[in-house]
Amino acid sequence: MVQQGRAPRSDWILEVAEVDKSFAGVHALRGVDFRLRPGEVHALIGENGAGKSTLIKVMTGVYRPDAGRVRLAGEDRAFRNPLEAQTAGISTIYQEVNLVPLMSVARNLCLGREPRRFGLVDVRAVNRIARETLKRYGVDVDVTRPLGSLGLGAQQMVALARAVRTDARVVVMDEPTSSLEPREVETLFSVIRGLRSQGIAVVYVSHRLDELYEICDRVTVLRDGAVVHTGDMAGLERLKLISLMLGREMSTVRAKGATAFGTGQHGEHGGDGGHEAAPVLRATGLTVRHKVHDVGLDIHHGEVVGLGGLLGAGRSETAKAITGALATDGGTVEVDGVPLARRSPAAAIRAGVVMLAEDRKTEGILPNLSVRENISLALLPRLARAGVVSGARQDEIVRFFMERLRIKAAGPDQKVSDLSGGNQQKVLLARWLCLDPKVLLLDEPTRGIDVGAKAEVQALIDELAEQGLGVLLISSDLEELIEGSDRLVVLKDGRAVGHLRGEEITEQTVLDTLAAAPPSEDLRGEDLDGEDLRGEAPAPHPDDHPAQAQGRPTAPAVTKEEPR
Amino acid sequence: MTPTAWAAPGPLDRARLTRLLQSYGVYAALLVLFVVAATLDGSFLSAGNVRIQLFQVAPTLIVALGMALVIGTEGVDLSVGAVIALAASVVPLYLGYGAPLAVLIALVCGAVCGAVGGTMVALARIQPIVATLALMIGLRGVAELINGNSAKPVTDTGLLGLGSDGFAGVPAMAWIAGACAVLTALLVRRTTFGRQLVAIGDNRRASRLAGLPVRRVLVTVYVLSGVLAALAGAMIVGHGAEADPANQGLNMELNAITAVVVGGTPLTGGRVRVLGTVAGALFMQLITAVLTQHNVHTSYTQLVEAVIICFAVYASQERGTR
Repeated sequence: MVQQGRAPRSDWILEVAEVDKSFAGVHALRGVDFRLRPGEVHALIGENGAGKSTLIKVMTGVYRPDAGRVRLAGEDRAFRNPLEAQTAGISTIYQEVNLVPLMSVARNLCLGREPRRFGLVDVRAVNRIARETLKRYGVDVDVTRPLGSLGLGAQQMVALARAVRTDARVVVMDEPTSSLEPREVETLFSVIRGLRSQGIAVVYVSHRLDELYEICDRVTVLRDGAVVHTGDMAGLERLKLISLMLGREMSTVRAKGATAFGTGQHGEHGGDGGHEAAPVLRATGLTVRHKVHDVGLDIHHGEVVGLGGLLGAGRSETAKAITGALATDGGTVEVDGVPLARRSPAAAIRAGVVMLAEDRKTEGILPNLSVRENISLALLPRLARAGVVSGARQDEIVRFFMERLRIKAAGPDQKVSDLSGGNQQKVLLARWLCLDPKVLLLDEPTRGIDVGAKAEVQALIDELAEQGLGVLLISSDLEELIEGSDRLVVLKDGRAVGHLRGEEITEQTVLDTLAAAPPSEDLRGEDLDGEDLRGEAPAPHPDDHPAQAQGRPTAPAVTKEEPR
Repeated sequence: MTPTAWAAPGPLDRARLTRLLQSYGVYAALLVLFVVAATLDGSFLSAGNVRIQLFQVAPTLIVALGMALVIGTEGVDLSVGAVIALAASVVPLYLGYGAPLAVLIALVCGAVCGAVGGTMVALARIQPIVATLALMIGLRGVAELINGNSAKPVTDTGLLGLGSDGFAGVPAMAWIAGACAVLTALLVRRTTFGRQLVAIGDNRRASRLAGLPVRRVLVTVYVLSGVLAALAGAMIVGHGAEADPANQGLNMELNAITAVVVGGTPLTGGRVRVLGTVAGALFMQLITAVLTQHNVHTSYTQLVEAVIICFAVYASQERGTR
């Protein structure tokens, strides 16, 4: 099977060496080395755009690297497609289950290698094999039911069982727990431990640090397409791990002014001043199943509230829950003290709450329509008399905002999809600003736009806050978040775990908050501020919601969390 | 229409040529067809022939206008032919109260059918093609239940007038169709509703996030399509002087889609070309008429139509965009 003559058989089951991959001039991977031992669970982490998914795709044969080698069990391999990688023993479980939802569980499990009898699929054998296999994974379902009728967790288990059944040597799991219930996560972990004991290597991608500490043996951190760290999970501080991911040294003092945000505080509510005035927006107890748990927020006039957290912490979901774009399972939103009775984007807009969505393409622009149409989209009813749009007023407003935001377009009639990303973003900002909102929710307002536009957008946010607008700022750019926010709410796994304000907002404190050990169930509800190891925790504010006001216990030296 | 006639060769110019073809192709084709037909056959431009063509194209055009709106929302309305049948079965029942009331009741029936289809699409989120297919099948059944299976002669002078009278030498049906086209064009270009309709067709999710009343707009669009189809149905009954729900309106949904598509409205939504739809309907009417008048067999006529449809869809596809 494996040639042993040339080189001694490697200790590594899978080696990725000096791999480069670029797309249209953008380097997605730069000289990446990644090695996997048999029987280890290896965490692969990094922020958005760090190159995780590209690396996975190189390993699993979806992409071919531009340079570098992929070796499986000491043998150079160049997988031309995912099937080749699969046959060679590398299985992948994607975040979304990609099986056939209308086929039965059993058929899905045996898809492509059904036992046959007289040339036909032996349905009974298929069902029997499926039942036996799933039993080992603790999944007790009727295997003849269509896969789509199962819960997501169970579907994930079927996908896992299927992947492992192909005599896998390496199993790649891309955020396998993102849609699982805690109980299902436990089952998954016991399965992973089973794989480990069989000598199967697992690549585990997740943003949930607690999980990594619970299940992973080693970790590789990617940032900007390069490996910045590889090592044992045990002994690696959370804080260190997060700063590696975000590319911030724990000790660096932040240099002010690298972003276009002003250094001053906004409005009368900046700094540590009291919040006697009523907030313009108050959200309490927002809950979205699997995504947001009991998050509360206050935004005052003229205040920029940052929403921090790692990928998947529930930041976008929180913003969407506020506007009603995402159905909530609980929680209330008040604007100027008036609760929003109906929850829908339209109702939020009428109340003066607008959201710049993260995904410009699918949730923002109308690609085939003009700049004019895109800007005036939400304003149309106000531009119309008896349903007929006043072209003159429309032109006036469009021209004003194109000038005000310096939108570079051939004219208001240019198709918006012909503009650059930065100008598209400005068009969307104009769409919301022309409504004269009270609260502006910005989800990654500067992602994917060029440096110049980025600075302009940041300066604009500053200016708007000074004029009294309440702003919620979500950004994965830590620098932007720190310099832009008057107050910062840190989310983790869908919960608000920290509140920082004014001068407390530094890289150090943000990283500390992110690294804080997770609240374990029995501790929740106790007042733990006195034990806060940061020593500079903000006193819980009377306005704050109880569940978010507690500083979580921080234990920088903790390397493995206590078993749950 | 050679590329060199427009500008120097190059990929950019090809893109521009495509754009020109997309924008004005249907008008140019209509003009060419008109000139060719008039040259080949002197009687083509005779008042009699023009009247016949206008009588025939008017109902199709009216239905196609509603269809264009629906297609602009990334939908399709297959039920229009069946709504015509329903209108044909309802109108004779109420002719005793006078033609205006009978037509009005037919229009209300069309609106209700559209509301049902629109509700299925907007609220139950059933795919438009499936929702309106179900409606199409069901409504034909309803129409035949009301009317029985036989054609009934219509003698009401008001309704016959609608189907055959004219003004200034142009049939009333054509005037009405023209008025509908103008109103639809204004609706699309100048009203909040029209702009929202197009926005929803372009990006439904973004439109919802921008607070647009997505469901209301969608239901209204299907209601309009139903009303226009019912109007066409009343005209067809008046013109034919008989109500025949089993046969009237057959394949009308397909003719309407053809007119819309040939007129350059993309099936992917986000764009409604009203004038293009008018040109598309005229073009399809004329090409069939010309071929028939020159004794081309129906089979070949259909082949030609098929080629035109394919070409129109190919030409209207977005290409060369970054």
